Amino acid sequence: MELLLDSLFNGVAIGSVLLVAALGLAIVFGLMGVINLAHGELMMLGAYTTYVTQLIFKLPILKPFYNSYIIVSIFLAFIVSGVVGILLEKTIIRKLYGSPLETLLATWGVSLILQQFVRSVPLAYGTGLVISLIIGLFLPTTFPPKIKESINFKYFKFSSWILAALTGVLTGSVISSTVSKLSRASARNVDVTAPSWMRGQVEILGTAFPKTRLMIIVITLISVVAITLFLNQSAWGMRIRAVTQNRQMSDCLGISTEKVDIITFGIGSGLAGVAGVAVSLLGSVGPNVGGNYIVGCFMVVVLGGVGNLLGTVLASFGIGIMTDLIGAGRLLSIWPDMPLTLSNTINFFATTSMARVMIFALIVIFLQFKPTGLFPQKGRMVEN
Amino acid sequence: MRISRRILAGLATASLAVTATSCGGGGTSGSFDDTVTVGILHSLSGTMAISESTLVDTEKMAIEEINAAGGVTVGGKSYKIEYIVEDGASDWPTFAEKSKKLIDQDGVPVVFGGWTSASRKAMLPVYESKDAFLYYPIQYEAQECSNNIFYTGATPNQQSEPATDFMYKRSPAAGGDFFLVGSDYVFPRTSNTITKAQVKQLGGKVVGEDYLPLGNTEVAPIISKIKKALPEGGIIINTLNGDQNVAFFKQIQDAGITPSSGYYVMNYSIAEEEISTIGPEFLEGHYGAWNYMMSIDTPASKKFAKSFKKRWGADRVVADPQESAYNMVYLWKQAVEEAGTFDDNEVRKALIGQKFDAPQGPVEVMPNHHLSQTVRIGEINAEGGFTILEETGVVLPQAWNQKHPSSKGFACDWTDPSKGEKYKL
Repeated sequence: MELLLDSLFNGVAIGSVLLVAALGLAIVFGLMGVINLAHGELMMLGAYTTYVTQLIFKLPILKPFYNSYIIVSIFLAFIVSGVVGILLEKTIIRKLYGSPLETLLATWGVSLILQQFVRSVPLAYGTGLVISLIIGLFLPTTFPPKIKESINFKYFKFSSWILAALTGVLTGSVISSTVSKLSRASARNVDVTAPSWMRGQVEILGTAFPKTRLMIIVITLISVVAITLFLNQSAWGMRIRAVTQNRQMSDCLGISTEKVDIITFGIGSGLAGVAGVAVSLLGSVGPNVGGNYIVGCFMVVVLGGVGNLLGTVLASFGIGIMTDLIGAGRLLSIWPDMPLTLSNTINFFATTSMARVMIFALIVIFLQFKPTGLFPQKGRMVEN
Repeated sequence: MRISRRILAGLATASLAVTATSCGGGGTSGSFDDTVTVGILHSLSGTMAISESTLVDTEKMAIEEINAAGGVTVGGKSYKIEYIVEDGASDWPTFAEKSKKLIDQDGVPVVFGGWTSASRKAMLPVYESKDAFLYYPIQYEAQECSNNIFYTGATPNQQSEPATDFMYKRSPAAGGDFFLVGSDYVFPRTSNTITKAQVKQLGGKVVGEDYLPLGNTEVAPIISKIKKALPEGGIIINTLNGDQNVAFFKQIQDAGITPSSGYYVMNYSIAEEEISTIGPEFLEGHYGAWNYMMSIDTPASKKFAKSFKKRWGADRVVADPQESAYNMVYLWKQAVEEAGTFDDNEVRKALIGQKFDAPQGPVEVMPNHHLSQTVRIGEINAEGGFTILEETGVVLPQAWNQKHPSSKGFACDWTDPSKGEKYKL
């Protein structure tokens, strides 16, 4: 019983890291069909946001609230990655809809740029830049309709960008003068330390579980529930689903597909940021942190069936549980006196590297029989 | 940033030269008869840049020190050492390409370079075919002995073997079972093959081993295996690389695998630099084995640490790889002076038998192109350094490991033409 619980927990823990990382991609790739190779780097931005938030919460004014910095950074990471994602959509991806190969190359280029960005720009000024992006992109949308429709709107837009730039430079220099760790650029990996209430273990049913893992499972659950509710219950969720199913028809019926694209991409990117918070709790934060997850993310989305959230959820937990079963050689402890040849085979695959090989092989075999994944999209696809 | 730093470094070198000239009243210091240009080849960009740039800093410092003391004297003439720094870009073929450039185009008499075994293996054919000479400063898995490479880092019998012995006989977990964890590439696998043979000889038991693919930070399956294999605590030998250590130590601490519950980790890739990155709070009470540790309490060690901090900033630390890099520049200088020429083949002969009072203590170049060195076992303390627990005497290097089944009974000797790279003992 204890063994089963332990194994199940481990599987769910590994799976939830995969799921939270793949969730954003499931939306961007699954619903919009955009192959976003910069997804991992959007995660990396989320992880760096956690690091910056942690340092800012160490300042004397915010010190009393230090223990809650991780909660705050979840929201901030969503905003930061979401805004960068929106910028990416507006400037690059929008021009490339319908040409997957070009999108793939362009987003790969973006991923390299983002990696080098965190290496060579001091994080304080990086923060300033993101803040000015947020102001520049969102301030114009808050103006009353009267101004928006006026012929001089472009001047308003322009001046709000100037304001944004000034605020960005100001926050950048304030942060760099107060937090010395953020004032210099460094290619060195940095570290996020979980607040004390999140370290150590809790005991449930006689088995000890690490608290950070539980936290990641909670973050994942909340993200999945929130995104399901958003897609199925809200008006914008309905529009997104409508555009996914039939873009031209939705356009004809008065849905602004342009806005839908921005929102979908922004949410997908924001979720990548949340995933960044989760992975920062497990390892160190560096320019390459996202790249380590990107292959796993695509694997989950393809296995689950493109465009289906339930498939993504099942696929990631499936992969998680299989990783634990094979990698830790669980079958041996469940059935200790199996034939020697079989137990030797299991032992051979019971290392992390071989487990990975085995899982890839199993997925390839599975996709031979079900090429569209666990839950293929039903009905006719309109793109053709 | 990088350009301005390079300019700054240049300015610093220039100002150093100026001070040397201005106060050079007696002797040769300050006025040189000629210059000699050497090659420095490490990664200044990419994933390895963090580690390898510390070696570049150390080698530059050693060269500046030698220049300030009058340079290299060859045939009665004093030579100022100048250097060309090339970037290997954490990309192994680039290392080979830049080596060719340094040898053919710049005509340097020696190249100081490399960190990963993969980069060394990529460079080796270049140096062998051009009969040039590479000085390589990192502790590695050995099982190699080239006439064209001089290895100043530790071989396994100068690091892992004394460490395994310590863990099994004298650590708090003495007599316990072993679990081996490493990144999935050549160094951990070779090192662990040796450890397994040694544990068997000692009468101990290896109850499990696992390798994490490079870049993977999911250690949950490894943790459950450790807990299953060592339910009551025991010895963990860790050869993980770089960032994977951060994930490993963060997660084992959360899972209750700590010194207070009887689990002791011996690390072969964690030096002072890495401790400060991972955070001493995760590592306190675990162990490390090196030839040089910053906490060595001798004048030579203190002087080395002090000059490095003075040159590159008070927050910098020195560690074993840097000490090896420092030693190799000095050993090259001594060998050149003894040979009386910069010619590779003469210097190579003169190099063997060179002695140097290194920051770790006396070292000597052996006929197998490796160094005899002292081995130290340290416990990681809360201040981010090592508390040195034991020190061996001088240990001779084994290029071909005597515990590894494939190389048992072989040795290397370049002073005797009939023996060479690999001969039967």
